[in-house]
Amino acid sequence: MKVLRERTKMLCTKSQYGAATWWELLQLKIFIFFWKECSEFSQRNTKFTSLCERAELNALSEKEKAEMKKKLEEEF
Amino acid sequence: MLGKIKMPENQLQPEKWVDNYADYLFNYTISRVGDTELAKDLVQETFIAGLKSSKNFKGDAAERTWLIAILKRKVIDHYRKINSKKGKAEVRINYSTDEDEGNWLEERVADPFSKGGDGAIENEELGIAIQDCISKLPAKQAMVFTMKTIQGISTEDICNELGINPSNLWVMIHRARTALMGCMNKNWF
Repeated sequence: MKVLRERTKMLCTKSQYGAATWWELLQLKIFIFFWKECSEFSQRNTKFTSLCERAELNALSEKEKAEMKKKLEEEF
Repeated sequence: MLGKIKMPENQLQPEKWVDNYADYLFNYTISRVGDTELAKDLVQETFIAGLKSSKNFKGDAAERTWLIAILKRKVIDHYRKINSKKGKAEVRINYSTDEDEGNWLEERVADPFSKGGDGAIENEELGIAIQDCISKLPAKQAMVFTMKTIQGISTEDICNELGINPSNLWVMIHRARTALMGCMNKNWF
């Protein structure tokens, strides 16, 4: 049961990135319909996605960070 | 290697600056200068300036707060430079004396949010909250989450770069998101 619950939540996360297959989406919808905990998790997950979008976050790439570290090392 | 510099209450750990603060400072800067390349340069300059003035760090403030203070001066210097060229007119509209010009520069740094009022301020607070929570994640989870969610890199490319398979990736992203939702729960949900 616990494994199934975690798997469903992970499907929910995958769906937030549009990466779930139609079969996974179907399973997810069924679980959300019948399982309150999954439904609540899905709502929070969707809300979190919208928060991330609203924050308009930016990040440096790993390559850019490596270059920064190198320059900092040189200065040191 | 960059070594530890001992200070009374807080310590500077330059070897961790890029990993711990680069994205945070980068976001802070972009919201004020609106240019990613410039923001990157200013963050780099901030780290170098921090390193050079590390002897002045008294340890009263947290490391990140201290770096932000340096960054603010960098952003002010940036606006001062462009103000001496094309921005002068804008200053003169509302700020008539040289002393007032300083106030204008401070406002640009403290309030990028001249662009959008409360919504922009709230979004920046939100960004800070998310960044704070990301910084508490295990390093690899934070990296995978950032690459996928913020940088929008494809699953395949992330897997190739980090040498993991898609199942690992989704497990890490799922764990990261669950932790982040828990971290942000109190104020934002």
